[in-house]
Amino acid sequence: MSLFDLRLQELHNKLHKRELSVTDLVGEAFTAIEKKDSQIQAYLTLDEAGARAVAARLDDKLLTNEPKGLLFGLPVGIKDNLVTEGLRTTCASQFLSNYDPIYDATAVTKLKQADTVTIGKLNMDEFAMGGSNENSSFQKTRNPWNLSRVPGGSSGGSAAAVAAGEAYFTLGSDTGGSIRQPASYCGVVGLKPTYGRVSRYGLVAFASSLDQIGPVTKNVEDAAYVLQAIAGYDPKDSTSANVEVSDYLSALTGDIQGLRIGVPKQYLEGLEASVKACVLEALRVLEGLGAVWEEVSLPHTEYAVAAYYLLASSEASSNLSRFDGVRYGVRADHAGSLLDLYHASRSQGFGPEVKRRIMLGTYALSSGYYDAYYLKAQKVRTLIKRDFDEVFEKYDVIVGPTAPTTAFELGSQVNDPLTMYMNDILTIPVSLAGVPALSVPCGFADGLPVGLQIIGKAFDESTILRTAHAYEAHTDHHKQRPIL
Amino acid sequence: MSITTKDVEHVAKLARLDLTQEEKEVFTEQLSAILKYAEKLNELDTEGVEATTHVLHLSNVMREDVTHESLPAEKVFLNAPDEEDGQFKVPAVLE
Repeated sequence: MSLFDLRLQELHNKLHKRELSVTDLVGEAFTAIEKKDSQIQAYLTLDEAGARAVAARLDDKLLTNEPKGLLFGLPVGIKDNLVTEGLRTTCASQFLSNYDPIYDATAVTKLKQADTVTIGKLNMDEFAMGGSNENSSFQKTRNPWNLSRVPGGSSGGSAAAVAAGEAYFTLGSDTGGSIRQPASYCGVVGLKPTYGRVSRYGLVAFASSLDQIGPVTKNVEDAAYVLQAIAGYDPKDSTSANVEVSDYLSALTGDIQGLRIGVPKQYLEGLEASVKACVLEALRVLEGLGAVWEEVSLPHTEYAVAAYYLLASSEASSNLSRFDGVRYGVRADHAGSLLDLYHASRSQGFGPEVKRRIMLGTYALSSGYYDAYYLKAQKVRTLIKRDFDEVFEKYDVIVGPTAPTTAFELGSQVNDPLTMYMNDILTIPVSLAGVPALSVPCGFADGLPVGLQIIGKAFDESTILRTAHAYEAHTDHHKQRPIL
Repeated sequence: MSITTKDVEHVAKLARLDLTQEEKEVFTEQLSAILKYAEKLNELDTEGVEATTHVLHLSNVMREDVTHESLPAEKVFLNAPDEEDGQFKVPAVLE
């Protein structure tokens, strides 16, 4: 059995019993990366020297009575849109190919305070825009279950590294499904917390009203651990919520007797048959555990993708205006004026999908079109949020598939942005409503993983974790590993 | 609605992007398709519906008016493409 098959709690216990050292765990991670990452291409940057130095310090600390952090000694990989002090952070963009941040994102600070060891930075779609990692400016991460398939995205590196056994756990970010969809495609657990549950300080902004950081792990218990470490109010992010952080581990009781599950009929339409079969089987498992499920309706689901692409692109066009080649990032050769400098740097620095979304957002916000597109989309967002509010008056959780299909072939959708956007049709409404959701493995179709999406009320991560944990305890999909 | 290459050129200027002829053609086609799809939203009557700018009910997040340490200047310039005398250097704005 590989160390990557153990739960974080088990690794933690082995460290405390001195059966393992932090240096062993870090060494094992780099051995796995050395062996597998030329195939998977999940990591953009590795920090072996830094990781070994931290490991040595933590191994010393292990010999003392000093208090140990919640995730003591556990190595972590970080999505490359979370800034890490002194460790290159590119957002998988040429624009930031030379950028070494001078501070840590709050989520990274919290992990460090929990005594983790950062091993490297993970590939993603450029500026988190995409669902396949094919929009990375640097490399195309592969799906560990089938190397001709995409890992999903935008947190594709975060999901592939965990699935391939090249990371014990990782952090990702989710704007319209960017943690849950790759988790589903790669057969791992991915949790998008409630908007505001985790500070966004130091997360390079894509769409500020939607972005949220969360864990990607091998199992639900690990996700609860990591969320515990990174959740909470942060004065540096005024949109982080000043809501008490629950004890997520104590929520994992295994008991879901009487749990009320709503299954949106819209989420069972237009699915690959094998995906639907896995989801229905998962509902039978949940029923067997004493939960009750009924079909419900989220009537505005079909409008979510259109509203999302207008809102997220509008916010992105504003957020990405900061990349101008003046204070950081790559400044392009230019003809002379300041305006030339902006134009040349932005045209050279951004890839096609990022340009497309900046263009769409700029158009939607421009004079004469604001009401028709941006404001209209914000109103539709209200209707979508109300759909969720109404279902949650009667039900504890909403359950459905995470994505309508399994992972698709590399290259099969790159020239068709609208088709690519439709992969997120089941994750986007949740993002617009701002509620928490996770993806947990619920089976395989033709050797590719299928994810079950469990959606909760705002700030009720405990109930979705409890549901997923109970489900996982009675299935073994999450224990399957790809052969590499 | 359908947009023209002229629209694309105008928006590119607003967004401070230079597009190649090929990019202009591709974006004209793709943005038209995306905006046409977005017209789906007009099927919904949103008269009287409040706009959601943000899912949290936040207003006026306040803090004590005390100063905090800021990032040290020498570190801030580590990533600067060009700098001089503690300032970011850019081409002259005024002749």
